[in-house]
Amino acid sequence: MGRAVTVLGHNTDSAFLVIAGVCVMLFLAIIGLTAYFVFRYRRSNGEIPEDIHGNALLETVWTVLPIFIVLYMFYYGWLGYDARRKAPEGALTVRAFAQMWAWSFEYENGVTSDRLVAPVGRPVKVALNSRDLIHSLYVPAFRMKQDAVPGLERTVWFTAEKTGEYDLFCTEYCGTGHSQMLSKAVVMEEAEFAAWLSGAPEAKAALATPSAGPSGAELFKSKGCVACHTTDGRPLVGPTLKGIFGKKVRVSTNGKEREVTIDEDYIRRSELEPASDVVVGFPPVMPPQKGVLKEEEIEALIEYIKSLK
Amino acid sequence: MASEGAGYLGGGGGPNGLSSWIFSTDHKRIGILYLVSILSFFVVGVSLGFLMRLELISHGPTIMEASTYNSVFTLHGVVMLFLFIIPATPSIFGNFFLPIMIGANDVSFPKLNLLSWWFYMAGAALALATLALGPADTGWTFYAPYSLRTGTYVSLAVFAVFVLGLSSILTGINFVTTVHRLRAPGMGFWRMPLFVWAVYATAWIQIVATPILGVNLLLVIAERVFGIGVFDPAKGGDPILYQHLFWIYSHPAVYIMILPGMGIISEIIPVFARKVIFGYRAIAYSSLGIAGVGSLVWGHHMFVSGSSYTAGVIFSFFTFLVAIPSAIKVFNWVGTLYKGSIWLGTPFFFALAFIFLFSIGGLTGLILGALSVNVHLHDTYFVVSHFHYIKFGGAGFAFFAGLHYWLPKMTGRMYNARVANWSCLILFIGFNTLFFPMLLLGIEGMPRRYFDYLPQYSTLQIVSIVGSWVLVAGLIIMFANLLRGAFRGARTTENPWGGATLEWKIPSPPGRENFEKIPEVTKGPYDFRGLR
Repeated sequence: MGRAVTVLGHNTDSAFLVIAGVCVMLFLAIIGLTAYFVFRYRRSNGEIPEDIHGNALLETVWTVLPIFIVLYMFYYGWLGYDARRKAPEGALTVRAFAQMWAWSFEYENGVTSDRLVAPVGRPVKVALNSRDLIHSLYVPAFRMKQDAVPGLERTVWFTAEKTGEYDLFCTEYCGTGHSQMLSKAVVMEEAEFAAWLSGAPEAKAALATPSAGPSGAELFKSKGCVACHTTDGRPLVGPTLKGIFGKKVRVSTNGKEREVTIDEDYIRRSELEPASDVVVGFPPVMPPQKGVLKEEEIEALIEYIKSLK
Repeated sequence: MASEGAGYLGGGGGPNGLSSWIFSTDHKRIGILYLVSILSFFVVGVSLGFLMRLELISHGPTIMEASTYNSVFTLHGVVMLFLFIIPATPSIFGNFFLPIMIGANDVSFPKLNLLSWWFYMAGAALALATLALGPADTGWTFYAPYSLRTGTYVSLAVFAVFVLGLSSILTGINFVTTVHRLRAPGMGFWRMPLFVWAVYATAWIQIVATPILGVNLLLVIAERVFGIGVFDPAKGGDPILYQHLFWIYSHPAVYIMILPGMGIISEIIPVFARKVIFGYRAIAYSSLGIAGVGSLVWGHHMFVSGSSYTAGVIFSFFTFLVAIPSAIKVFNWVGTLYKGSIWLGTPFFFALAFIFLFSIGGLTGLILGALSVNVHLHDTYFVVSHFHYIKFGGAGFAFFAGLHYWLPKMTGRMYNARVANWSCLILFIGFNTLFFPMLLLGIEGMPRRYFDYLPQYSTLQIVSIVGSWVLVAGLIIMFANLLRGAFRGARTTENPWGGATLEWKIPSPPGRENFEKIPEVTKGPYDFRGLR
């Protein structure tokens, strides 16, 4: 396994190594003894069986000894868990929002990002929320995971020890786009982070800083649209968006079919209340984006869709 | 299978039409009904699993879209758990052999027994109907609030599981009553074969835990149809409550799956070691121990779900304790081999494969039970691998061992032993090639239920997919050999393995009545004196 890059991650790794080590030894003992007995007492060896009904001492030993072994494992696992309980005082707080099928991270000064950006060496507390279903925030390199439950804010914390970009997954199954609900945890030097947080132009251009105005193409990816819609003409779960602007489509409105022309109003309505007009032949599964997308984001997306010729 | 003088199988002038089977109250015929139907659904489950693996051979949609993939893994879970592994051993071998092993002519409630099978078929029909209508895409766990919102036929799938639960409860009631009321003279509790002990402990879990699942499933339906708002946070409900109610049943259900399999292994090992089982009472008590402590560990599925810190610590503690009775069983099986005279027959090979695979399953369970480690491994491929080692490597291989041990008794014919041994080896290699890489994928952080994956996981995924092909090849060889054996195999004797339990004292296949005269039991189930 790749090395953990957080303090809590090292706790997890040492507990894993100790417990897995004991397990491997137990496994080798069981399988080794079985193989030896099968070989040593095979019928073709002319063995005469001896009826042994049991042995009270042996039963006691192999009941009590494993109890101590597993209690030791339990204790070791608990230690690392206890440390996760409370974030250190003065940790940087980030509010995370999960939704089908995208992440957004809000910083105290109002900056939001689709990546979890953090300074190296400083404790970061993530207050986790969900806008629709249960999701789960997972950064393997941090050994950090927590379910995002709607209506129930939960916090996790980490102190990253190394700068870099790390995979960030959703690990609670949340429908069609579940495996596309990916992002990155980006750990920066303190100065670089400060610059990024203030939206300064010298911050890395590659990192989307929404305050600078995201492009429609970036939003299309970061908001999870790509999980169901292509831009190359192939239908997925939802219709492709290639060249749809200005076209006529048949939609189902309250159970009745009708024909509409795709214009800006239609796209806006389809983003905010997708169930109001569902394109015939596709399931009504798109999550509504009302309260999720900001006005400028809606406009950017409309412009982007218009540009898909 | 049928030919003249084929006992309960009919022929020789007795009734043998379809209705003499599907309305039969003979526990042996009901056992065969379950055998045929459960194995048919197993084929469906294997096909779905095979397609799921194949889809992941390249990035993006290969043979199906994401939404199809999600339905396929949901159905794979529902079919394998509720239609195959939960009923397989108790309903097939429990029905067929439990009454014979305790010296009874049938179960306590033969008509209820038949009703259980009909409920089972009704549940199966409903579950497979969703396949045609629009299969659920929630995962077999039906987690709220996703299961409340998705547009697929969740209510029907959930109702199917509810009906299957009814079948399970009725079977449990029947077995508990039979064990208490119908033991032959001299068959005290401490003379019961360990398979009977295991099925008895299982039956109690079925009776006690399944109704909770039933309530939970009805609540999901009520929530979907009437919007009552018990689980939906948008209506003030609590989605974590769903998870509690679900796992209060579904964790003990893991023991419903594995305990009867352990019972089979406890039968096979002494017979092939030709000596009395080591620590009979320890094994019997450990079955009850697993049934008891196993109902206090459900919270270990929810360490990162947002339940309390204290709950996490307590559930982790019980999770480690439940390992003890399982370990006791393994130690006693290995102890039985000591100073035996071991005959390397096919059922014994499957039993050895069971010990190997179940040990991996059990020990990886300890790794998952540790709180801080669970945070990393929860909902990754590590968990997928762990429970396949338990349910397939454990319960599944034990079931295969049972097939090779008891089918000659059920059909009166023997399969080809050489082919059977080869199929065991191929299955063993295929299984490990398929599931061991998943442990490593999980440690590397690959989340489960992913339609697509990042490039760093490709190599191990491909190895695992190749393993699935070997496993399927092994299954085809094994079932072809067993089928051929059942219909065309050489006639076998009353007692081909030299077993000491009561089923080996009656003809193969058994007659219409198990015993012309109820036997008087005078010695223990693993007393091979006079049989060696």
